[in-house]
Amino acid sequence: MNPFTYSSATAVEDAVRDNASHEGAAYIGGGTNLLDLMKENVARPTHLVGLNKLPLTSIEPTPEGGLRLGALATNADTAWNEEVKRRYPLLNQAILAGASPQLRNMATNGGNLLQRTRCYYFYDTATPCNKREPGSGCGAIGGFNRIHAILGASEQCIATHPSDMCIALAALAATVRVSGPRGERTIPFEDFHRLPGTTPERDNNLEPGELITGLDLPAKGFEKNFSYLKLRDRNSYAFALVSVAAALELDGDTIKDARLALGGVAHKPWRDQEAENLLKGQPATPETFARAAAKVVESAVGQGSNNFKIELARRAIVRALKQAAEGSQHASDVFLNSNP
Amino acid sequence: MIQQSSTSAAAAGGVAAPPPTGTVRLTINGQQHTLQIAPWTTLLDALREYVHLTGTKKGCDHGQCGACTVLVNGKRINSCLSLAVMHEDHDITTIEGLGSQENLHPLQQAFIDHDAFQCGYCTPGQICSAQGLLNEGRAHTEEEIKEHMSGNLCRCGAYAGILNAVKEVVDSQLRMKN
Ligand code: FES
Ligand code: FES
Repeated sequence: MNPFTYSSATAVEDAVRDNASHEGAAYIGGGTNLLDLMKENVARPTHLVGLNKLPLTSIEPTPEGGLRLGALATNADTAWNEEVKRRYPLLNQAILAGASPQLRNMATNGGNLLQRTRCYYFYDTATPCNKREPGSGCGAIGGFNRIHAILGASEQCIATHPSDMCIALAALAATVRVSGPRGERTIPFEDFHRLPGTTPERDNNLEPGELITGLDLPAKGFEKNFSYLKLRDRNSYAFALVSVAAALELDGDTIKDARLALGGVAHKPWRDQEAENLLKGQPATPETFARAAAKVVESAVGQGSNNFKIELARRAIVRALKQAAEGSQHASDVFLNSNP
Repeated sequence: MIQQSSTSAAAAGGVAAPPPTGTVRLTINGQQHTLQIAPWTTLLDALREYVHLTGTKKGCDHGQCGACTVLVNGKRINSCLSLAVMHEDHDITTIEGLGSQENLHPLQQAFIDHDAFQCGYCTPGQICSAQGLLNEGRAHTEEEIKEHMSGNLCRCGAYAGILNAVKEVVDSQLRMKN
C-alpha cells in the first residue's frame, strides 16, 4: 500500500469537508474492497476519511411507508434485520448470496454500491485497462473474458458490476441518498451506476467528494413472490456468472406487476423495464417468462469465452420467474450444473 | 487522528519520509495495547507483527481465505482487510483469547476429536469463524453450517472433519439451551 494519512469523522459534514480538503482523499467504510485495491496498487489514495463513527447505521421506516437503510449498516445487519427479512426478503436473499459471513460483517451498504469490478485485467497493473488507466486499452476484449459483460458493454470496457445486493436494489427501485460539497440529493437506483461508454473509469454518477448516506426502499417489497437466483462456479463464496432478481405481484394467475434485474452481465445492475412490461397483465406461464427472457438477451453480445452466458441468462430468467411465481423462498443456492 | 509529521519528504530534501506513525490503542483478548504504527497497518499485521500474537494467520491477505479471521465485538471479520486504526474502541478476540493449552475451548477440543485439520494453518481462522457462527446462532443443520463456514478455506481439505467438529459444538449448545 502507498503511504496515506488517516482521520476519523464523527459527522457527515466533517467527513465531506475533510475529504474535500485533501487532494487524493477517499472515504473508507468497511474497507473490504478499497484495502484490497490499495494492496494491489490499483487504488492509491493519499488520505483516508474513516466513516465508521458516523451515525448512519440505523435501519428505519420512511414517512412514505418504505425502509431507510443507513449507508454504514453492515451488509450482515441489513440482511438479518427483521423488517428486511419480513418485507424485503429478495434483498435478504441477494445479500446472503454474496461474499462470506466475515466480509458481510465488515462491508457496508454504501460500500456495496461502490465496490469495483473484479475484472482480472483491472486488478493486474501490468496489463492495459481503460477503467484503471484511461486510454491504455482493454485486456479483456480479445483476452480471457469468461466473467465479462454480455449487455451494454462498449469498445473501451466489458467489465461487470460484481454486486448481488445491488441487483435486488435495482429490482426494488431503491433511491440512493447522498451528501456532498454542494449539499444533499437523491439518485434513483437506475441512474446511480453507469454503462462504460467512452468513460469506463467512472462506475457511477456520484460527483467528486459525494458520500452515500442511505438507501431508501419503496413501500412495495414483493415479499410473496420473489427469487434471487445466483449461478456461479462453486456453491458459495464466489461472484455471479449470471444472477437474476425476479419479483412478481400476482392477481390469481395474472401478473399485476413485475421486476426483473440481472447481475454478472453488465457494467451496472441490469434492470430491463421492457421485459417487465412484457410480463405485466399476462398469465404467469412458462411461455410468458420465455418471452421476457428472450427480450432481455435480445441485444446480448458474447466476447468469446463468455458466450455461454447468453443462454445461461435466458434460462436463469425463466427459472427465477418460475420460482418467484411459485413463491419458493430459497432460490439462491443452486449449483451451476443443475437443470433450469 | 494520525498526521504525517512535519519533517516530511520536502523538509528532508526530497528523500522519502519515514513512515508516519501514530498511537493506536487496541483492546485484544481483554488487554489494552498501545501501539506506534503507521495508518496503513492492517489489523492482521498489528496483531502478528506488533503485538506478537501469531495465532492469527495470513493466508491470502485479500479476504479470500479466512485464515485471518478474528472476532471484533463478538463478530467475525477478516483482519487482513481492515486497518488497525479503525478498531480503537472495539473488543478484539483472537485464537489466543479463546482457549489455552491447559484449558481448551470446546471448539478446539472438537477439532482435535474430529481430526479437523492436517497442517493446521487454517485452524485458528476456522475456530474464530466457528465461534462467530455460534454467536450468530443462525446455523444449525449441516447444510447451514457449510454455508456459514464458507468464508474459511482449507488447503488440506479437512472440511469433513471441520463440519463434524462445528456441528458437535452447535448441537451441544442447542442441547444446553433446551
Ligand atoms: S488472509 Fe485474510 S482472508 Fe486470507
Ligand atoms: S488444515 Fe491445512 S489448510 Fe486447513
